[in-house]
Amino acid sequence: MLKSRFFALLLALVPVSALGSVNLLDAPIDVHDRASLQRGLGLYMNFCAACHSLQFMRYSRVGEDLGLTVEQVEQLIIKGDAKIGEPMITGMAKADGTAWFSKAPPDLSTTVRGKKGQEDWVYTFLRSFYVDESRPMGWNNTVLAGASMPNVLWELQGIQRATFEPAGEDGCAIARVGDNCISGFVVQPHEAGRLSPAEFDRAILDLTAFLTYVAEPARLQRETLGVWVILFLSFFTLLAWLLKREYWKDVH
Amino acid sequence: MNAQIDKAVNGVSGWVTERTPGLAPFLRKHLTEYYAPKNFNFWYYFGSLAILVFANQIITGILLTMHYVPTAAGAFASVEYIMRDVEWGWLIRYMHSTGASLFFVVVYLHMFRAMLYGSYQKPRELVWVLGMLIFLVLMAEAFLGYVLPWGQMSFWGAAVIINLFSALPVIGPELVIWIRGDYLVSDATLTRFFALHVVALPLVLLLLIVLHLGALHEVGSNNPDGIDIKKKKDEKGRPLDGIPFHPYYTVKDIFGAGVFLVIAAFIVFFAPTFGNLFLEFDNFNEANPLVTPQQIKPVWYFTPYYAMLRAIPSTLLGVVVMGGAVMIFFLLPWLDRSKVRSYRYRGWFSKMMLALFVVSFVVLGWLGLQPGSELQTLVARICTAFYFLFFFTMPLWTALDNTKPVPERVTSHA
Amino acid sequence: MANEGVNNGRRRFLTATTAVVGGVGVAATGYAFLSSWKPSARAQSAAAPVEVDISRLDLQPNARLTVQWRGKPVWIFRRNEEQLAVLPGLAERLADPDSENTDQTPAFARNLARSIKPEIGVLVGICTHLGCSPTYVPELRPQAFDSEWRGGFFCPCHNSRFDIAGRVFAGVPAPANLPVPPHHFDPGNPNLVIIGIAPEEVA
Repeated sequence: MLKSRFFALLLALVPVSALGSVNLLDAPIDVHDRASLQRGLGLYMNFCAACHSLQFMRYSRVGEDLGLTVEQVEQLIIKGDAKIGEPMITGMAKADGTAWFSKAPPDLSTTVRGKKGQEDWVYTFLRSFYVDESRPMGWNNTVLAGASMPNVLWELQGIQRATFEPAGEDGCAIARVGDNCISGFVVQPHEAGRLSPAEFDRAILDLTAFLTYVAEPARLQRETLGVWVILFLSFFTLLAWLLKREYWKDVH
Repeated sequence: MNAQIDKAVNGVSGWVTERTPGLAPFLRKHLTEYYAPKNFNFWYYFGSLAILVFANQIITGILLTMHYVPTAAGAFASVEYIMRDVEWGWLIRYMHSTGASLFFVVVYLHMFRAMLYGSYQKPRELVWVLGMLIFLVLMAEAFLGYVLPWGQMSFWGAAVIINLFSALPVIGPELVIWIRGDYLVSDATLTRFFALHVVALPLVLLLLIVLHLGALHEVGSNNPDGIDIKKKKDEKGRPLDGIPFHPYYTVKDIFGAGVFLVIAAFIVFFAPTFGNLFLEFDNFNEANPLVTPQQIKPVWYFTPYYAMLRAIPSTLLGVVVMGGAVMIFFLLPWLDRSKVRSYRYRGWFSKMMLALFVVSFVVLGWLGLQPGSELQTLVARICTAFYFLFFFTMPLWTALDNTKPVPERVTSHA
Repeated sequence: MANEGVNNGRRRFLTATTAVVGGVGVAATGYAFLSSWKPSARAQSAAAPVEVDISRLDLQPNARLTVQWRGKPVWIFRRNEEQLAVLPGLAERLADPDSENTDQTPAFARNLARSIKPEIGVLVGICTHLGCSPTYVPELRPQAFDSEWRGGFFCPCHNSRFDIAGRVFAGVPAPANLPVPPHHFDPGNPNLVIIGIAPEEVA
C-alpha cells in the first residue's frame, strides 16, 4: 500500500506528457557510415533541395566529409551554377515559399540539433505523413500537426493513410486528432510506393543520418580525435600522479 | 658550452634580480614559503581548478571573439561559421561552453568546501566575502555570455530575466528599458552585453580573484580539521603541520588538473551538449521574437534560484526571495556561532542540517529544470523554506549543538 | 624530510618527463588555436578561381571585362595588331620594359606582351602607386597627359601611366608594372579564362 503510494508520488513528480508531446521512434542512425550519408545526400538533393536550403553547409565540405571528389560534387550534386566552395543555398525564395505554402520552407542546417527529439524527431516526422483532404496540400503529419509541407516522399513510401479510433482515457498511441486517436498508418497495395517498407525505412534512416551530419559536421572528427586526446591526458595524469607521489614521500 | 650557458643565464637572472628586488621575496611568500596545512583532501582541489577553468574561458573566449559577430543579424550565423568554417573553431567553442558549466561545478564544490570546514569563519571572513562577490560577478558573466549566440533560449532567457526587474516598485519599468537599451530585447541589448561579457566583467573578475587570493594568503589556509596550524611552530617559525605550497601543492594540483581535464575532454569530445544541460537544443534555432518556446528555462547552474522564483506566487516577492537566496550567503560568517570550525567536530544536528541544505539545493536545481506541476511547486516551496530556515536558525543551532574535542594537531586520512 | 640525495635523480626525471609531456599537450592545443587564424572555409571560397567567358569581348571594339578575384579587379581585354606593334618601340620610355620585377610578372608572362596569348591582356587593375584603379585609354591618339600616347592605362589620381601591356612609364609616381595575376586558358575552351591558377599548376 505504502509502496504504491510512494510510486504514485514519484510519478506525480514527473510531469505527464499531455499536449504537444508525441511518441518519437528511435532512429538508429550511424553518422560514421559514409555510404549511409552518401545515400542520404542523394535523397536530400532529389526530394528536399528544391524547397529547402542548407545555408551553413558548403558543397566542398560535404564532398570532403563524404568522400566525393570535386568533380563528383560538381557533376552529381550541384545543380545550377553554384561554385564548389559556396553554401548549399537551394530551395525557393522566401517570398515565394510564404506565398505558396503560407510558411516558407525553413533552412535545415541546424534542424536536427534544434529539436528536442534531435534525430528521432526528424526520422519520425518524415515517416508520419498521412492523407488529410482538409489541408491545402492534402497532407497532414502526426509529429507536426497542421504542417504546411506536403509528403514529398510519397513516391517512395506510397500513399499513407491514417486509421482512426475514438479517443479513450488512456491517451493515443500515435496522435490525437480532435475526439479521435490515430491508431496506425496504412498503405494500400494499389497505392504502394516504389520502395518496400523496409527499403523506405532504410531511406529515411539515411536521410536522417545525412541531416544529423549537416547539423554538426565536426562530429565525425571530434569523436575520433577524442579517443586520442583522452588517452594522452590519461597518460599525462599518470605521470603527474607518479610525480606527486614521489614528492609526497617527504610528507609525514 | 654548459658553463657558458649557465653563466649567461645567471647573468640575465642577476640583471633582472637587481632591478626587481621584491620579486624573489614575493615568490617565497606566496609559493615556496607559503605554508599550507598538510592535510588538504579532495575538497581542496577546486580552488586551483577554478583558476584553470578561468584561464580556459579567457583564452577560448578571446579566440571566439576573433570570429564572432556581435549583432542581432549576424550573431547566430557567426557561431555556425565558427563551428563549421573556422579551423578548429568547433573545438574552441565546445571548450568555452563546457568550461562555462564546469566553472559552476567547480565553484559550487569550492563553496561547499568552505561550508564543510568553516573556512568562512574568523579570520577569513574577507576571503569569503570576496569569494561571494566573485560568485555574483560569475553569474552575471555567464548570463551575459549565454545571450551572445542569439538562439531562442538566448533571446527568451534574456527577455524573461530582464523583465523580472520590472517588478521593482517605482523604478522597475524604466529600469528595464534602460537595461535593454530598447523596448524589447534587441540588437542594442546584444551589443552592450557583448562589451560587458568580453571586457568589463572579465577585468572585474580578474581583480576580485587577485584580491581573494591575497586575502587568503594574509591569514593562511584553513584545513579539514579546522584547526589553526600557526599555533604550533618549529624553532624556525614554520608551522609543524604546514608544508610549502611549492612544490607539494603545485605538484598535487597538477595531478588534480590532469584528472579534471580527462573528465572535461570526455564531455568536449563525446557529449558537448551533456544531455541538453550544457548546450540547450532550442539555442540551435535562431532567436525569433515572434515565436515563444514551449519551455523557457535558464541553464542548469541557475535553476535552484529559478525554482525558488517560480515557487513564489508574487513576482516581486519571488525576485526578492531569489536575490535573497544568493545574498544571504554573504552573512554566513556572522550567522555561524559555532566555536568549532569544521563540521567534522560538530554534533549530529549540525551535520544533518548541512546535509538537508545540500539536498534542498540539489532538489531545487532539479525542479528548476522541469516544466512544473502542482506537486513540484509544493516541493519547491518546502525546499525554499528549508533553505532560508537553514540560515535564519543557524545562530541558534550552531551555538547550542554539541561539539567534539578538536585535535591539537591535524589528522589525515590515508 | 626524507633523505634528499637518493631521490633527487628520480624527481628530476619525473619532473622533466611530466613537463615534456605536458608541453606536448600545450603545444598541440596551441597549434589548434593558432590554426584558427588560417583563412576559414568562407575566406577560401571567396578566394577561389574565377572563370570568365571572354566571347563577350568580340561584341564591341576595345571592350574590357572586369571581374573580381580575391577582392581585386582583374581586367581582360583584347589587343589588336596595331597596339601590339608599338610595344617594342616604347622601351626607352618605360621603367621596367623587360618585366624584370618578377613580383609583378610571373614566369609564364615574361614576354613582350606580358601574357599567354598576346592578343588577350589579363592584368590586375590596381595602380602600383597608391591603389587607385586606372582608366582604360586603348586608342593610339595623343592625349592631354601624353602627346605621344600609344594606348594603355592612365591613373587620374597622381598621373601614373602604363602601356597596353601594363608596363609602367618612367618618371611617374608608380614604381612597378601592373601585376599579371595567375591565370590560364581552359584547354577545352579557348574562350574560357580561369583567373587564379597559373598554367603550370593546371593538373
